[in-house]
This record gives sequence, C-alpha cells and structure tokens, in this order.
Amino acid sequence: MDRYTTLNYDVVIIGAGGAGLRAAIEASASGAKTAIVCKSLLGKAHTVMAEGGVAASLANLDERDNWQTHFRDTMKGGKYLNQWRMAQLHAQEAPDRVNELEEWGAVFDRTKTGKILQRNFGGHTYPRLAHVGDRTGLELLRTLQDKGVHSGIDVYMEYTVRRLLKTDGAVSGCVAYERETGRFTVFNTKATVLATGGTGRCWEVTSNSWEYTADGHALALWAGADLLDMEFIQFHPTGMVWPPSVKGTLITEGVRGEGGVLKNSEGKRFMFENIPEMFQGDYAETEEEANGWVKAVVAGKIPKERRPPELLTRDVVARAIRKEVLAGRGAPHGGVYLDIASRRPGEEIKKKLPSMYHQFKQLADVDITKEPMEVGPTCHYTMGGVKVDPETQASTVAGLYAAGEVAAGLHGANRLGGNSLSDLLVFGKRAGEFASKHANGISENPSINKADVDKIIDDCLKPFNESDGENPYSISEDLQKMMQLKVGIVRSESDLKEAVEDIEAFRERAKTVKVGGNVQFNPGWHLALDLENMLDISEVVAKAALQREESRGAHTREDFPDSEDEWGKVNSIARQTDSGYEVVKIPLEAPPAELQELLDKQIT
Amino acid sequence: MEQEAKLQIFRGDKDGGEMVDYSVPRIPGMVVLDAVHSVQKQQAADLGVRWNCKAGKCGSCSAEVNGKPKLMCMERMDKYPEDETISIRPMKTFPVIKDLVCDVSWNFEVNKKIIPFTPKEGERIFYQYEADRVQEFRKCIECFLCQDVCHVLREHELQNEFIGPRFLVRSASLEMHPLDVADRSEQLVKEQGVGLCNITKCCTEVCPEEITITDNAIIPLKERMVDKYYDPLKWLWRKLFRKKSA
Repeated sequence: MDRYTTLNYDVVIIGAGGAGLRAAIEASASGAKTAIVCKSLLGKAHTVMAEGGVAASLANLDERDNWQTHFRDTMKGGKYLNQWRMAQLHAQEAPDRVNELEEWGAVFDRTKTGKILQRNFGGHTYPRLAHVGDRTGLELLRTLQDKGVHSGIDVYMEYTVRRLLKTDGAVSGCVAYERETGRFTVFNTKATVLATGGTGRCWEVTSNSWEYTADGHALALWAGADLLDMEFIQFHPTGMVWPPSVKGTLITEGVRGEGGVLKNSEGKRFMFENIPEMFQGDYAETEEEANGWVKAVVAGKIPKERRPPELLTRDVVARAIRKEVLAGRGAPHGGVYLDIASRRPGEEIKKKLPSMYHQFKQLADVDITKEPMEVGPTCHYTMGGVKVDPETQASTVAGLYAAGEVAAGLHGANRLGGNSLSDLLVFGKRAGEFASKHANGISENPSINKADVDKIIDDCLKPFNESDGENPYSISEDLQKMMQLKVGIVRSESDLKEAVEDIEAFRERAKTVKVGGNVQFNPGWHLALDLENMLDISEVVAKAALQREESRGAHTREDFPDSEDEWGKVNSIARQTDSGYEVVKIPLEAPPAELQELLDKQIT
Repeated sequence: MEQEAKLQIFRGDKDGGEMVDYSVPRIPGMVVLDAVHSVQKQQAADLGVRWNCKAGKCGSCSAEVNGKPKLMCMERMDKYPEDETISIRPMKTFPVIKDLVCDVSWNFEVNKKIIPFTPKEGERIFYQYEADRVQEFRKCIECFLCQDVCHVLREHELQNEFIGPRFLVRSASLEMHPLDVADRSEQLVKEQGVGLCNITKCCTEVCPEEITITDNAIIPLKERMVDKYYDPLKWLWRKLFRKKSA
C-alpha cells in the first residue's frame, strides 16, 4: 500500500469554523473544486463558543450607527495599530454579511418591529451586536454548515494538516493525517486558505479548546509567510475561576452588555477608577449615570447617559481585574465578582443569558439569578497572525490565503467583542473569492515533490520510534504554565528573555517525545505533533513581546507602562530565517486623510 | 491521603474490547471528562476521546456514563457516591472506532438529504414569538445523544427508514421557520419515517439543551403529516362507518 493518498482540488480550506466555511461556500460558488480539511467533526469548531454576537452597523436600534462609527470604534479599540483598510472593509461589509446569514436561515433575536435585535458590547458606541441569546456562534456556524453541505464542498473531517507543500515558491498543497486511521493524505491544490483559528492552548488558563494549538500560524511561518503583530494576545476579562475543572471557561461580555457589574471584595464597582485617558469622557462617571444607561437600554430607549465603565475594552477590564486581585481586593478564588443577579429579574437573566445560567448552575453550583459569579481573565484570542493583503487575504507566499483569527490586521492591539464573528464572515468570503480567482488562473495542479512528502511523514511518525523520551502531556503542561507566568497579561524584559530560553529547553525535551499505542485515533500522538507548532509560535509571541518596548492594548509591559508615539507607528513582523525565527519592525500604513478625520473626530 | 475516583473505561475498537479499571485523583467540581483527561495524562496517552469546548456548547464528548447517555463535560463526578466505580462507554447506537470514539458519519449523511432552507421572496420581517419556536430547535448542539437513546435506531436499527430525533428537530426547525416556503412533508413521510417514532420521549429526557424534542418538534410534525395525508372527510367517513359496524 502507498504511504499516502493524493487528492486534487482547486482550493483547499484548512479549518471548518466560521471563516473556513464562509470561504468554502464562496470558493465553491465561484466554480472552484473545493474541499475543507478540519480537525474535528463538522459543526464543532471553536466558533460555537462565541456567545455575545456579531458586530454590524445595521442601525436597527440606534439609527445613528453607520460603518464610519464601527470603523472608528474598531480602530480605537485596536489602539490604532490596525490595518486601516481591513477595518474599513470590515465595517462596510459586515451588515451585508449578517443579512446574508439571515437569507440562509439564521434566526436572530428580533426587535419589536420584527428586525434583527442588536445589543451593546464593550467599545461599540451603539448597540451593534446581532445575537441569539448567548449562543450566537452556534447559530452562525450551524447556518454556514447547513448552507455548506448543499454547496458541493467535500469535507474531510478529523484530518490534521502537518505541513504545507511548495512548488516553485508557491504553496501547492498540504500533508495531513486522518485521526481515525492515522493514514496520510496529500491535498494537491492551486490555492490554500488557512482558517485554523488561534493559539490559546499555549497558555494554561484559556477559553480555547484543544484545537487551538497554533496550527495555521505555524504552517504559514514554516512556509515562509510573514506573521504580523504576534505580541498581541487577548485575555478576556471574564473567565470562570472556580471550580478548577472549569477555570478559564468563557463568560460572555453579554453579561455586562445586559447590565452586569464588576465588584471587588469590598462590594465596590472598581471600573469607575479605571477609565484610561483615551476613553475619558466616553463613559459614565457615576453609578447613577451608569444605572440610568442600563435602565434606558432595558426599556428599549436610546440612553442620554454614557455607558457603564464595565463596557470598556477587554484589555482595560482585564488589567483592572488583575489590579484589584493583586491589591488584595479579590474574591476567594482569585477573581472578582460579576453581578447580574441584583441588576435584572431572574426570568430576564434566564431568557437573555440561558447558557450562562446553565453553565454556572451545573458546573459551579452558582445560581446567577441569585448570586454573583466569580470571574478572572482567561486567554481568549490571538490578534496577531498571518499578514494578509486587506482586499484579497493573500499572504506573503503565493497561493496561500488566510482568514479569521489566524489572519491579522483587523484588530490591531486589541479586538472588540463581536468583531471576530463579523471578521470571519467578511474576510472568509473574501479569502474564498480570491483564492478561487487565483486557482482559476492556474491550468493544472502543480507537481508535488515526493521526497518532501516522505520526509514529512517520517517526521510525524518519529514519536513512535523513540524509546526513552517524555510523555507529550508533561511538556505541553510545562509550556502552558511558563507562558501563563512569563508571557501573560503583564510582561517584562527579564521574564520574556527567560521565556525564550525556556522554550529552547522545552524544544530539546520535545525532540525525543515518545508515544505508545498505534496511529489509530491516538491523542497522545496528536499532542506530540502539536507541540512543535505550540513551541514555535510561543517563541514568536515572546520575541515580538520583547521587541515592543511599550504598553498598548493587550500587550502590557511592566517595565514600559506607557504607550509611546514611536511604537504607535510600527507593526511587528515575525518570519523564519536560516538562523531561526526573527522579529522585526515595519512601518504602519497611515489611513488616508478622510478616514483620519473620522478618527480624530469626537463623537458624543 | 488524596481522594481517588474509580473508573471503568471501554478500551477497544470495532473488533471488540474490554472495560479497563483506572483510578484518578479527585479535584473539586470535577466532571467525567476531567477524569478521562486525567487518565490520558497519567496513564494512557492513547485513550481515544472526542471533546472540544468543555462547556456543553459543541456536543463532542457524548458517551454513556453508568449506562446513561451524557455529555462528559457537563456530568459532575460528585453526583455519584465516592466509592462507586463509574463506567464510561461509547454511544451504543453507533459503531465504535476506538475507545470512546464512535463513527457518527451516518448523521452527516442524513443531514445532507434534508431539503434545505428555502426563503420566501421580499422583506424578512418576523417577530420574536415566531422566532422563539424555531430558536428552541436551533439550540441543538448535535451531540447525537437523542439518536443514541432512540430505540428505533438503538434496538430496531431502522437507520435506513428513520432519520432519528435530531433530524426531525432539524426538519421541524425548517418547517416552522417563518421565512421558509419549502414543503418537506412527502420527504418526512416517505423517506424519513416520521411515523416510526412512537413518542416514548426518551430523546427529550437526554437532551442536554433541554429541547422538548417530542412534544414541540416531532408531534407537531406528525400532526401536520396527518392533516396533509389524510383527507378529513374520508377520515370522518371511516370513523362513522367503523362506529356503525361496531
């Protein structure tokens, strides 16, 4: 029997979350022979974990909303490090993408006049998040899945891609193993789209599933593509902290959008004291004003008051929580309190936040309609990723595209809640469209070098041949603990330098990692292979964080606590060189004058 | 001394296997999936199990815990007496691939055949009370526990004639969608076996999303089919005739 099977496609999409499915639907619709290759079963991707909503300036609740305001909010939330053109396209196209979902069968919550309901969220000036209770991601994924299965797309479920293949400098396919059988498949393609999501499994406390092992980031890096702004990792302010079994599990920002407040152990709402200078004047300054805003919003009116400071951007809230805990004003298990019980009637909480109610009741014995939740920051989202062309989502390597969390540029230094679901719709579509166009320009599938494939397969099988190496779980746990400690919410030069050295030591241990059993559905083997991605991407994150000697958005340096104008003009690039991974600075492209005016304008 | 939890986990593949004893340290709030992960980390790295979100939102970690279909990530260990050995097996209705992983591909094939969403032309205005009914069905996370427990599939193995509760829910979500105009009645009766469900409500009992599968999805579908396929005058005639002859 051959060592591997070869399958030919015009476009192969790696990943079946929202971005991957949206890309596949588009590629297939434009005539490309399209396949999706994904690590889990269809419909299980991490998109289902998105709770709060999808951001789009439909202006169904507040007619003042428009793409310009969404653009401005996104840039401000990203501390102006975003690729302006991506932020513009995203804001302009998100409403069409959301309406399109409805045409495909999505059932969003409704306004009194029968339109798509929108909710408030951190950093968004107006109620902008189309949602379905607190399970918006599931609705989006299921809608795309049901559309996708009738679109003539071949789906290879439970396949993990280990390497991209290149022919004459362009990506010509990938090598994957099938989890069930351990057999290898070469997907020979004219264009490849990465839609693999993020890197959160490199950290100990994370809201991310086992799939988030930085696969696409690593595949791109190894194929010679540039990665952008890898220092920016979002810690979501509200993860569960107790019991240990659920530490890190996400609590939607929708709790705060629906009026929930953060309190320390003294019962004080500490966010009023944590409004950063750039947001001064945008947020309520007294509890009375904040409560007035909630009252108006709940009544379906346009509030005169400014919004509560609990709805500041995620980076700000996460740091404020950390500060309270360090100052000794934390809750018993090292978090702070998130209270919706005293703010809204129980029935409304159950209706608006059903899965939060369920999750706490079942896993933490907490009834959120009666008592506050205990919450703390959890690693949530990777702003950095594959550097792409804003229009086409093409990477810096020919034939390779990226969309969704694995791509970078839209969110800058910090992502606004709700902007990831709109990101994957807008740029998933674009990636599919342009990958398909690229494929159309190529008459035959490029040839594949068999020796390259053999080498990749040999490397993958190596852990079975080791005799006295370590268990992959112990190395992965050590890496996660180290990243949490030294490349976490607050960083310093000494910690980051140590991190780079630690990673080198882990890499030595990983060289002889050993697994038992056979190639059939063997999670130990899978993790042994994932370690390589996780180590390489962890190194790139640490090095990028070391380079940026300032604090901005999600990147906070203890030794450089302020944002510096000079650093506001540069992005970071990580790439592979002959001597390892290097991180360098590149100038940030400034927006054109008419967009800069929008950014400078104060909107009240 | 550290408290231990005792487990028996199925180890094997399509050719057979056995229940293997494991013992893992207890941690507060631990769920069954934590115990399985603990076994993976310390004792059997190659133990096959599916999982993703670990928060009851993706429906990947379905298994039979002490014989009951459960999501392992939502099943607390402290529900069971401390000295009890907890057994964990793969879902019985589907063929085993390895250990706790089974072949659920049949479900994906069934789904492809359902007539897709077909929206009406024009403005898409509808109200929350119309959305409510469909949103209940769209909560489904496709854990397939309802398929596992349904005896039409589990005991009678009528996979060729019956699509199971999951896909009757999906059909109901389309049939009752305020914007959908397709008619799935012929398909439901002739290919999907809506009549084969005999309303034992086992599916409703195991649904982790608490979807009232039988009452809200299957029974209304059955009623629609009755309306569609049985002429009320004929029905009345038969009823009267039967009464006379009795």
